[in-house]
Amino acid sequence: MTATADPPLLAMRGIVKEFPGVRALDGVDLEVRAGEVHCLLGQNGAGKSTLIKVLSGAHHPDAGELLWQGEPVRLSHPTAAMRLGVATIYQELDLVPGLSVAENIFLGHEPASFGVTRRGEMHRNARELLGRLGHAEIPPWKPVGQLPAAAQQVVSMARALSHDARLIVMDEPSAALAHDEVTNLFRIIRELAATGVAVVYISHRLEEIREIGDRITVLKDGRTRAVGLPARTTPTADVVALMTGRAVEHTFPRRPAPGMRKGGPEVLRVEGLSVAGRVHDVSFSVRAGEIVGIAGLVGSGRSEILEGIYGARTPLAGRVLLGGAPLRPGSTTAAVRRGMGFAPEERKSQALLMLESVGRNITVASLSRYTRYGWFDRRRESADAAQQIAAVQLRPDDPERPVRTLSGGNQQKAVLARWLLRRCKVLLLDEPTRGVDVGARSELYAQMRALADAGLAIVLVSSEVPEVLGLADRILVLREGRVIHACDAVDIDEHGVLDLVMEGSAL
Amino acid sequence: MSDTPHAPAPGLSAPADIPTAVPEADEHRRVEELAAHAAKEGVRTGPFASLGGIGGLGGRGGGSGGGRGAGALRHLALVIALGILCGIGAVTKGSSFATTSNMVLILSLAAVIGVVTVGMTFVIIGGGIDLSVGALIALASVWSTTTGSQAQGPAVMIFTSVLVGTLCGLLNGLLIAYGRLVAFIVTLATMVATRGLAEQLSDRKSQIVTADTFLSIAETRWLGMPLLVYIFAAVVVLGWLVLNRTTFGRRTFAVGGNPEAARLAGINVRLHTCLLYVVSGFCCGIAAVMLTAQANTGASTHGMLYELNAIAAVVVGGTLLTGGFGSVLGSILGVLVFTTITDLFILNNLTTPIQEIAQGAIIIAVLLIQRWGRGRSVTT
Repeated sequence: MTATADPPLLAMRGIVKEFPGVRALDGVDLEVRAGEVHCLLGQNGAGKSTLIKVLSGAHHPDAGELLWQGEPVRLSHPTAAMRLGVATIYQELDLVPGLSVAENIFLGHEPASFGVTRRGEMHRNARELLGRLGHAEIPPWKPVGQLPAAAQQVVSMARALSHDARLIVMDEPSAALAHDEVTNLFRIIRELAATGVAVVYISHRLEEIREIGDRITVLKDGRTRAVGLPARTTPTADVVALMTGRAVEHTFPRRPAPGMRKGGPEVLRVEGLSVAGRVHDVSFSVRAGEIVGIAGLVGSGRSEILEGIYGARTPLAGRVLLGGAPLRPGSTTAAVRRGMGFAPEERKSQALLMLESVGRNITVASLSRYTRYGWFDRRRESADAAQQIAAVQLRPDDPERPVRTLSGGNQQKAVLARWLLRRCKVLLLDEPTRGVDVGARSELYAQMRALADAGLAIVLVSSEVPEVLGLADRILVLREGRVIHACDAVDIDEHGVLDLVMEGSAL
Repeated sequence: MSDTPHAPAPGLSAPADIPTAVPEADEHRRVEELAAHAAKEGVRTGPFASLGGIGGLGGRGGGSGGGRGAGALRHLALVIALGILCGIGAVTKGSSFATTSNMVLILSLAAVIGVVTVGMTFVIIGGGIDLSVGALIALASVWSTTTGSQAQGPAVMIFTSVLVGTLCGLLNGLLIAYGRLVAFIVTLATMVATRGLAEQLSDRKSQIVTADTFLSIAETRWLGMPLLVYIFAAVVVLGWLVLNRTTFGRRTFAVGGNPEAARLAGINVRLHTCLLYVVSGFCCGIAAVMLTAQANTGASTHGMLYELNAIAAVVVGGTLLTGGFGSVLGSILGVLVFTTITDLFILNNLTTPIQEIAQGAIIIAVLLIQRWGRGRSVTT
């Protein structure tokens, strides 16, 4: 590390953070100097978000130390981080849409006498802060919900400044912005840095990092792979190599050779599918026994494609054919009846009935099968549930167990079992291994392959490129809602996919 | 709502000494008259041995809610509350409380609100709320007792009442499920509007029921038990079966517990939500028949505050107000707790204001016990 006379503004050493079943951070180092723009790079799941949350006091590290200007500190609470001068601007803006700009900026520390807000002073200060950010035109009295995304971002930054922040963390601030708005964002960041504020900047876009960043820290699998690389001169190939080289290799099941699987009939066909604002004119088809993987960044429209096919979102245009016959758009009931199953991205909020048992979560999509003359056959239901639990090797194998007590991997198996029981022909999987620990992943991979071998057509979406590459037979690469590349999985590697999604350049 | 006393129609006023005919269909009055009526009858007295029976009801309810453990404890709290109330009754008015006739009275008091509560249980487990039940009862009772309806005979009166309740429920359901409006506001609006329509139809007068066949619904007794109690029991059994032994019931838990997951599992959530309000409206139609027969009149003041009583009973019965968990038997235990309180106060000649204070206190107490129990048995 560079030997400077002054200690760095922030130094994190050997930070470890464990969640049940997952070691999210496994010894992370980060060093940020006053007045620099420090870029944090890493694939999804590398531990960036967890690191930010440790830094903002939302998570407590299990091991490791945090030095602020050379002094060890403990961030027991978000307010403790704020008091030090750490402000975080999250990806999803945490503003209250109904409150005015000024009220949002001073939320929690409103200037007040005897509990009565001093509105005049608040508006004056808000105007001054917005002026410093080069956006004096944003009216302090306007409800934040009525502002465009870029202006909301400025309000977030004004809020950070109102806390006299000395270190501002920005989590993918450019994701929601148009090109010229990004230019303005960079101008603000440079001005902040010039006044001695340190910025930790997270983005997937390498070109941005080259333009705005001073130094880069690369995270992978919860570990620091490189510290303090010069942002402008490090070759792209080196950065990508640091981000990708696997420390833990998952074992993927063997897939049949490309020549072997072409025989299956076409089961699912998507023609010109468009979903408002997210997906544009996507077409592809899936044969029985085939896994098609979709790779792309957050916000590239990955999930929206699946939701559009399944009818969870009504598509703007295009149609979906199942076994040659068109599917009624925008109806999940129709999709399920025609033999489609969907394992959504957010397991707990979108897939599971958290108040119910494992067995009932498995049978919920097949209930009508157990009714005869209005009478519900509970014995047959629990027998079927038990059978599926055995089929997907869900543990513990107790259908009566509340589903909320299962690990992420076993909850995902319950969702798979739901669609197996339904005997679906097409299975749409959105981030099937999110929140699943390493051991259980290999097992899930093996099951997905086994399902395909049994004749299912599977569409797999994952933010983890190796997963898509290792599991799928064919790959669709997605960028800004469009398929920019389609090929057999054996014809492309992780490097190639990342190049495509990040730079947009062809191989 | 209107505080205007209901002037009996000229020439139709019932003799004052018949307790069942209450021209002013005031709820407290009705209950007290009913109690006086039962007391006057002076049925066989003797130690009442059905406390154990009530306990057994609670025990079975434990396994019915879809989640074990916590369910049993919820019902345990209610059974204890019922036990304490019965203890109070036995100590303060032992001679008149612990009698068969008094127990029959408690069940008669519970019958109408009990039927409403079964419907409410479905709506709340399904993640909704229905504030319009009391007003639906008023409208159904008024509509079925208009001169035109009465001229068609008792069968048409019953049919009208159930149809009016069901159609109003359908309207609620369509607005909530397909109009995508908030259930609280929709049913608040239909509550006000339906009560108004009932007042308009009846001209704010009580409509005396003349058909004896219709009145016999309230007067018939089999094996010493009023027919109303049998209707109540039938609705409870049917409700329990539908909730626990049919696809409809299972989908109700799914839709209330996680509507998004239910939708993505292929359940037609909108249709199901709509049907839940139809069920509630249907129950209101039946309750209206029972109440009209019991009060001997159709009146726009019928069913005042039934929505709050029903919701209180459902929630005290352990059903989550957020949906996805609950049981019919818990709700019925909740109803019995409240009607036992009413009975105790009548026997001890205490005033209704004190009774209302006690009811509020008991709601809070039972909920606190449940919160304490859930905090220990459920990890979130």
